[in-house]
Amino acid sequence: MKVLNKAALALAAVMAPAAMSAAPALAQDVIVAVTQIVEHPALDAARNGVKDVLAENGFEEGKNLKWMHESAQGNVATAAQIAKKFVGEQPDVIVTIATPSSQAVVASTKDIPVVFSAVTDPVAAKLVSNWEAPGANVTGVSDMAPIDRHLEMIQRIVPDAKRLGVLYNPGEVNSVSSLDAVKKEAPNLGMTVLEGPAPKSGEVLAAARALVGKVDAFYVPTDNTVVSAFEAVVKVGIDAQIPVFAADTDSVPRGAIAALGFNYYDVGRQTGEKVVRILKGEKPGEIPVAGVEKMDLWLNLGSAKKMGVEVPEAVVGEAQKVVE
Amino acid sequence: MSLIAILGTLETGLIFGLVALGVFLSFRVLQFPDLTVDGSFPLGAAVSATFIVAGVNPYLATLFACIAGAGAGLITAWLNVRLNILHLLASILTMIALYSVNLRIMGRPNIALLGENTVFLPLESLPIPTYVALPLVLLVVVILAKVALDLFLGSQIGLAMRASGANARMARAQGINTGFYVLMGMALSNALVAFAGALFAQSQGAADVTMGVGVIVVGLAAVIGGEAVVLPRTVFLATLGCIAGSLLYRFAVAMALNADFIGLKAQDLNLITAVLVAAAMVLPTVRAPVKRALSKDRRILARLKAKP
Repeated sequence: MKVLNKAALALAAVMAPAAMSAAPALAQDVIVAVTQIVEHPALDAARNGVKDVLAENGFEEGKNLKWMHESAQGNVATAAQIAKKFVGEQPDVIVTIATPSSQAVVASTKDIPVVFSAVTDPVAAKLVSNWEAPGANVTGVSDMAPIDRHLEMIQRIVPDAKRLGVLYNPGEVNSVSSLDAVKKEAPNLGMTVLEGPAPKSGEVLAAARALVGKVDAFYVPTDNTVVSAFEAVVKVGIDAQIPVFAADTDSVPRGAIAALGFNYYDVGRQTGEKVVRILKGEKPGEIPVAGVEKMDLWLNLGSAKKMGVEVPEAVVGEAQKVVE
Repeated sequence: MSLIAILGTLETGLIFGLVALGVFLSFRVLQFPDLTVDGSFPLGAAVSATFIVAGVNPYLATLFACIAGAGAGLITAWLNVRLNILHLLASILTMIALYSVNLRIMGRPNIALLGENTVFLPLESLPIPTYVALPLVLLVVVILAKVALDLFLGSQIGLAMRASGANARMARAQGINTGFYVLMGMALSNALVAFAGALFAQSQGAADVTMGVGVIVVGLAAVIGGEAVVLPRTVFLATLGCIAGSLLYRFAVAMALNADFIGLKAQDLNLITAVLVAAAMVLPTVRAPVKRALSKDRRILARLKAKP
């Protein structure tokens, strides 16, 4: 008997979710579905930015907004299933965060409006054919960092930095785009670039150590893998007295000397504004794809001191936020 | 779950059914725990995507993907058979090497196939929606692959391969060159996996270097889960079980995605999936005592009846 109970229990565990799938939304509710490839602070911040802008524009969860959110936990096959699930639910807008999740959704629907976020090169990813007038059902916000301004900032803070070490994951399409941009811009400022590839977050420490003695400064692009192990880079920076710069401001409180960035919360807010425009009746194909608009300079003077760098007063004066 | 979600689940499940058949061949037939699949799945995607973007016929590109997969399997088998590297380690070596190889093949981590001429492009001109046509076509493809594998494993070569896996010493005593059959089986297994990778990239709209993560886990879960639902008494049933197991796994993921109502969140997905798959695997161990108890009851009943 006990055994039979166990079997029934196992069966119930398998069947229950099927029987009780999500309750249908009220007719007047607006449905926004968000799919992201993996959870990490920057992508989560982007998601929160979208949600806050929706709330500010009168779309509040629990009132007139049905907010659905799934993460593929880094698994591309799961991202495909999430895409199919969302397309089947027929939401008003699908928000897709990062490239693989965006491609999975765009491959699954040609009529539901899609707003992508945190995709560096949407044209290369074939999400849209051009930035100005995407045409189809897709628009969004790119997080392509203005690399030339990053390198200028590095040069202003450490003028004698000639050899720049870039830590990145060669498997992340966004980071490879950033690296290409760094390599293109660096000669204009008299800098050379050394690559520190780290395919896994566990290998970031080794990648940073391998560049010690070969570089004058570290630069970390908006790389999901390296950013998730950012403390390892900071540790090497302090130990070897090599200044660490980042492309996202969220990394400054974690130990980067400076970042002229944008934070993903603002990218999310920009994305949210596009979602609101679509909810109010505009066609996604008529909304141009946007780059990052708001730029902030964040400084961490405590880190600068530990890495042996004196930040010029003029730069400190320009900073939007200074961490001691 | 909506119809599109169910059909999408079928679609992914069928593609991973091919992975399960490949893993069955290495893991069960050859007794070779092969992690190469984490690399040969994205290899198939990378090769097919690169050729398709270069303007090559998509069927030919998919064939090249299978050949590349077979090559990857051969390397693993060769490391094991000829260089005597432990099978698990040999496959791990090939797997991590393939990560770099895949990046080299594609030249970048992600090749988009949205709007390209893929093997599934003709489906878009059909009168039925693509999300219905795609799983139907894949069903036919997977059944064909299953039947071909069944016939192969029943042939002289297939029997020799099964013997090599089941009892290598005995097989050698019978004059079977076991090394040769391990090479051949691994090539076949990884060709199937690369085929799945190529189809997945084309249905999904992109080949991404990260798409191999966890493929072996899914494949193993499908093989073992399949054995739980379909007892593998014959080759026919065993391969059927692989496909059933793959579908079961995908429906477990789909259910995990629909589990919001009990307070579960997106980040719990992997945990829920693991619990559901574990539940499926526990079923046979639960089933066996039940059966034993029932037959015992029957015996007692028979004895009682026999007594006048």
